[in-house]
Amino acid sequence: MKKVLILGGGTAGTMAANKLSKALSPADWSVTVIDVDDNHRYQPGFLFLPFGTYKPAQVTKSRRKYLSKGVSLVYGEIDKVEPADNSVLLTDGQRLTYDYLIVATGVTPRPDQTPGMDDEAEWHKSVHEFYSYEGSVALAEKLRTWTGGKLVIHITEMPIKCPVAPLEFAFLADAFFKDKGIRDAVDITYVTPLDAAFTKPIAAQAFGTTLEEKGITVVPDFMIESVDAEAKKIVAYDETEVPFDLLVTIPLNMGADCIARSGLGNDLNLVPVDKFTQQSKAHANIFALGDSNDIPASKAGSVAHFKVDIFLENFLQLIAGSDMTHKFDGHANCFIETGGGKAMLIDFNYDTEPLPGKFPYGSLGPMGLLKETHLNHFGKLAFRWVYWNMLMPGRPLPISTLMSLSGKRTDLIAAK
Amino acid sequence: MPTTTINGREVFVDDEGFMTEYDQWDETMGAALATAIGVEMTDDHWKAIRFLRDDFKTQGETPTIRRVSTVGGIDTKQLFVLFPKKPAKKMAYIAGLPKPHGCV
Repeated sequence: MKKVLILGGGTAGTMAANKLSKALSPADWSVTVIDVDDNHRYQPGFLFLPFGTYKPAQVTKSRRKYLSKGVSLVYGEIDKVEPADNSVLLTDGQRLTYDYLIVATGVTPRPDQTPGMDDEAEWHKSVHEFYSYEGSVALAEKLRTWTGGKLVIHITEMPIKCPVAPLEFAFLADAFFKDKGIRDAVDITYVTPLDAAFTKPIAAQAFGTTLEEKGITVVPDFMIESVDAEAKKIVAYDETEVPFDLLVTIPLNMGADCIARSGLGNDLNLVPVDKFTQQSKAHANIFALGDSNDIPASKAGSVAHFKVDIFLENFLQLIAGSDMTHKFDGHANCFIETGGGKAMLIDFNYDTEPLPGKFPYGSLGPMGLLKETHLNHFGKLAFRWVYWNMLMPGRPLPISTLMSLSGKRTDLIAAK
Repeated sequence: MPTTTINGREVFVDDEGFMTEYDQWDETMGAALATAIGVEMTDDHWKAIRFLRDDFKTQGETPTIRRVSTVGGIDTKQLFVLFPKKPAKKMAYIAGLPKPHGCV
């Protein structure tokens, strides 16, 4: 009996477990997931919680319920992986062995990595984040009663999970305060370490002025050194300061500490892997899926989904003793909420930046790429159903794993 | 894709003048790019630029300022002294690499 052990039962871990359990013979293989609890969070919902669009109960389901019957779930906290003897040690002393290990421990916001950010006096009071369930729920409570002032939306450093979420938060905040009738009392500033809010040439050309048009000030090239919680300002290395009444920051995103303790991670606790196969560069029987690896693709659920598909095909070749011939292309597909019941859709990969056009059925669409439409907004809301009913159980989606140029305005690249 | 002439050689660049072909770059070209944006190169500057070049080769993307500091071992404050105001962008420009970007 051979064993596949999966660290983490979130988006990537659940998909990988269900697909492996279906593809492998139960007589020869066991598939086990380790996680700390039974709460599988629908992370894209964290964006909507602060504005009351979703209620906390709508973003949580049973981890166990979404894992196939053939998959074992072990509750426990990972102390470390010991790759030399193919085992994982839990903090309660339990030791599990594996033939193949899949790291799917994701990334989490780490306010402790920026001096002053998690200062107890202001954390979850005037300093918030929405990249965790707890943070998002706390911010919802804050926004419910907040009467206005300086709202600063801030990104600490790339890479972050769901890289468009801060922009979406800015758009949704603008719409939220308009609906409440207090937009005039709220001053919104968007602070980024990049040189603009939109950094890809074609997207920038189309939407570069969107924030300004919504009355949102952009502060680019801001490399944060510290949060001065008492004086209510963020301070950059070049001594630029941005004052706030309410700071909604995206703290540094890091992989799990157990990855660092295992000696498997880089400076951000992300597992260095081959960008096409996601096989660990250090250990041939370890793969890192979802957000937990260091590939230069977006950390997002759609990417995790495409990565799992490629992984499965390669894994079946690997255990059959063949070469792994399937290559992930960095494909990502994301809806971007722009407020007022509209959204944009982007579809891109390692080599092709987001382009305008139609999706997913070539010129038939019906979705518009890099364009604000009501249909895209309904697509984003419908995605919650798709996530639980199609993505997690491993049912096929009408989107190809590798990015397709069909329907895209490739003439815009050629024209450059 | 536009081209421009740097140090007497024609190279591919993007709309903002960042070189787009990794292998078209060499250190004499880096020095010329530095001069163009008013940066006078010293050993400390080269240490940062060489780290960017090596890191890009293995990672496939331009390292962040944090990574230049934690992995490259050059303090962030010093990067702001070496490449004033916009170190991430200036370092990428001189190193002939894409500027750090988001996904849109």
